[in-house]
Amino acid sequence: MNAVEVRDLTVAYRESPVLWDIDLDVAPGVLMAIVGPNGAGKTTLIKAILGLMKPAAGQIRILGKPYRRVASLVGYVPQRGTVDWDFPTSVLDVVLMGLYGRIGWVRRPGRNERREAMEVLEKVGMTGFAHRQIRQLSGGQQQRVFLARALVQDARVYLMDEPLQGVDATTERAIIDILHSLRSSGKTVLAVHHDLQTVSSYFDEVLLLNVRRIASGPVSKVFTDTNLRLTYGGRIAIIKDAP
Amino acid sequence: MEQLLNDYTLRTVTLGTAILGAVSGALGTFAVLRRQSLLGDAISHAALPGIGLAFILTGSKASLVLMVGAGLAGWFATAIVLLITAGTRVKYDSALGLVLSVFFGAGLVVLTYVQRYPNANQAGLDSFLFGQAASLVVADVITMTILGGVALAALLLFWKEFKLLAFDPEFAHSLVLPVRRLDIGLTTLLVVAIVIGLQTVGVVLMSAMIIAPAAAARQWTDHLGIMTLVSMVTGALCGVGGALLSTSISNLPTGPTIVVCATGFVVISMLFAPRRGIIWQRIRRTVQNRELRSESVLLDLFELARTHDDLTYPHMEPALRVIHPQRGTLYRQLRRLQGKGLVQMHQNGAWALTPDGVRVCDQLRKERIG
Amino acid sequence: MSTFQLEIQLVAAVVAAACALPGTFLVLRRMAMMSDAISHAILPGIVVGFFLTGNLSSPLLILGGATAGLLTVVLVEWIRKTNRVREDAAIGLVFSSLFAVGVILIARFARDIHLDTDAVLLGELAFVPFNRLILAGRDLGPQALYATGVVGILSLGFILLFYKELKLATFDSALCATLGFLPGILHYTLMGLISMTAVAAFDAVGSILVVALMVGPPVSAYLITNRFGYMILYSVALAMTASIAGYWIAHLLDASIAGCMAVMVGVQFSVLFCTAPEQGVLAAWKRRRHQKWQFAIKMLVIHLLQHEATPEADRECRMDHLQDHMAWEEAFAEGVVSRAVSQNLLHTVGEYLELTAAGRELAREAIIHT
Repeated sequence: MNAVEVRDLTVAYRESPVLWDIDLDVAPGVLMAIVGPNGAGKTTLIKAILGLMKPAAGQIRILGKPYRRVASLVGYVPQRGTVDWDFPTSVLDVVLMGLYGRIGWVRRPGRNERREAMEVLEKVGMTGFAHRQIRQLSGGQQQRVFLARALVQDARVYLMDEPLQGVDATTERAIIDILHSLRSSGKTVLAVHHDLQTVSSYFDEVLLLNVRRIASGPVSKVFTDTNLRLTYGGRIAIIKDAP
Repeated sequence: MEQLLNDYTLRTVTLGTAILGAVSGALGTFAVLRRQSLLGDAISHAALPGIGLAFILTGSKASLVLMVGAGLAGWFATAIVLLITAGTRVKYDSALGLVLSVFFGAGLVVLTYVQRYPNANQAGLDSFLFGQAASLVVADVITMTILGGVALAALLLFWKEFKLLAFDPEFAHSLVLPVRRLDIGLTTLLVVAIVIGLQTVGVVLMSAMIIAPAAAARQWTDHLGIMTLVSMVTGALCGVGGALLSTSISNLPTGPTIVVCATGFVVISMLFAPRRGIIWQRIRRTVQNRELRSESVLLDLFELARTHDDLTYPHMEPALRVIHPQRGTLYRQLRRLQGKGLVQMHQNGAWALTPDGVRVCDQLRKERIG
Repeated sequence: MSTFQLEIQLVAAVVAAACALPGTFLVLRRMAMMSDAISHAILPGIVVGFFLTGNLSSPLLILGGATAGLLTVVLVEWIRKTNRVREDAAIGLVFSSLFAVGVILIARFARDIHLDTDAVLLGELAFVPFNRLILAGRDLGPQALYATGVVGILSLGFILLFYKELKLATFDSALCATLGFLPGILHYTLMGLISMTAVAAFDAVGSILVVALMVGPPVSAYLITNRFGYMILYSVALAMTASIAGYWIAHLLDASIAGCMAVMVGVQFSVLFCTAPEQGVLAAWKRRRHQKWQFAIKMLVIHLLQHEATPEADRECRMDHLQDHMAWEEAFAEGVVSRAVSQNLLHTVGEYLELTAAGRELAREAIIHT
């Protein structure tokens, strides 16, 4: 059974299509990069998979079921810019938000939840920041907090919207290590990725997207000059490292 | 104080205003964080026709009846704002302004009819414009307590869901929380908070009771729970203070007095709150700048000395002044550094790094490069 | 129609036009709520002006009010820049506290004069003809006509003179700055004009109707035109119609004139909200219904194009697959197919769907153009 399965997905925003007839299969334990130019519908695809956007047509299955039934098995890392970082809350608090679905209504996070959150903060190297107000963090640290919030859900499938956008080199390394350790424990990760240079070293598979699916599959097979030119419309020159 | 305990009316008024302040403070926290400050203004203005219609339809001036009318109108106005922004390209601020003024105008029309009723003038629905604390009676306070209590209880019950809704609604959605219903619920609580204050503060200025306590509280803490508590206490203090002032001094309308109190709290908080306060920030920046300036003088001495083999090689002030043209500042910095034991003055008036100074320079250079 | 009635309508129409002119810019620049803020905040300026001159019809009052209005703009801007409080909250705080101060000043020190708090909020157009401008013993007509007329002409002159610059500043203030048109100065001049308009108008119609007339007609005009110049023209026309219609309705119902005018502004908007040719809800609904089919047909042909001549074509290009994988209802799927067939985009071979040349063409085009 595939971790993520998208069939004939079309999404429209105000009557103009953002995604046309997308098909996608992601096997379990795969790190997949979603790559494409601005406005290609990368974020939309993630949101559609999460049920945040209603598709005009098509079907989405996660672990063989509709999203609502497996939501607790899916972790989401949104773009950093989508929230107000001046919000009066601490790092630990934000991480605990990942557990709100599991805790259920009315109940508050207790000692066990706190412990779990602290463990995850250690994984992302943010233990010392647990009680900081989130405004006081650097961009990379904010990204790690968002990652921790998803990790604490202990999900099987992770959807990440530009987890490496605007982070420092150390954070990038740390996040990639975490993604690799997720893979080795059999988790699936779909991440929107901007840096074409690093696709082949960071990810196993890649989806080239520009409103339509241009290609998807193992990086070695799919991430070719021809496909990239198709994706980016030949408007940009792609510099690839010599093999 | 004795007067407060003995005077029945005064006690009622105090209790009522404290409750309204606390409830609007709590819900205001969320409204301000969710950027709905001006929605509060629209809701309170839009409540006016609701109050008038409730009176015309029931003939009753019981506060519960009027509050229900006000609440329904406020809620309806919010729904229309959403309808306009979702259905057309009209922006949120325009929709707010339009709905606010049209509803208020409708309220004026309704009020001209109300004024023709024989029993309309005694307690006057007019007092709903600028509020009349003295008109609060025990029954009003009981209604306010029950409604406010329910609102606060609901806020407490769904605290973590509302918190997530305010911080990151999309993530809440990804956890399959019913975001839409939570949003409607929290907005409804805001309507309740506004409605229970209308009789005391008035429709025109009630929005200030939503914004001001929360804006003041935000300056003192970075914790949502504490912010809400501080905002509640601030709201209650403003309410009580303003109401007492207006009942003890003649010709002082309640609503404006409460609002002026609340603004006072905001100004004080913005200036003096630790960490976020503007005054503290100025002081911190001055200290930092001074620190930076003396560091640069120290490093310059180091650079000059490096051209000789001896890192504690002394230099005359004119040599330093080539880099630091302002004589007064330079001299002050050197004195400061001397005080810290990082530089010393030789007999001939030349300045040199001390061994401690050299060590500090090494460290600074490492920090700046790393 | 008596001269009185004629004069009232004349004043109402002039006020409406004077408000709608600068209001258009507020709506386009997403600052509609500034009209609410300014029209409230001018109050203390007027009161202070009155204390200084002892005369309610002194032009100094307009100056005082305009100063208070500009003060609001500056304060909001300043608070926003401190980053302590967000802009919407800052607007709410500034105008409510200034208004509160104004109301308190009136209540405490100016009780016995015409300037009472209700009039500030509601205005009383019916009394406008009693306050006449008499020069050298000659009656020149109601004062309000001249006050609002002069301000209106100033606005008109400003807009005509700087039409190009204002347009640029409204749609692209960054570009405007690089071209050297100083959007800051334009901005403050505009805000000054809005303050003066608010002062001149509020004596006649009250602060809330100022908001209704500044925001409502431009928003309605925004629904029926995409062009800047026309939007200004339509706003003025709509505002004048609403004010005169409002007057007659108030006359019929014997209700508040300002209230009825605001309601008419609302009625105008509601009608256009439903029926506007492109932006209206009805038009959008019709368009969406049409586009839903067109869109579905496109989806279908693209789907077929992507899968024809692939190994899984047998499975993908079948009628029953549409219900399964595209998640279309059976009836909807059949509707799409029969429409596509009648447009000669595909033909059916039993359950199997095959594109025609035209269908293939459409699919390719759709892919390229999106």
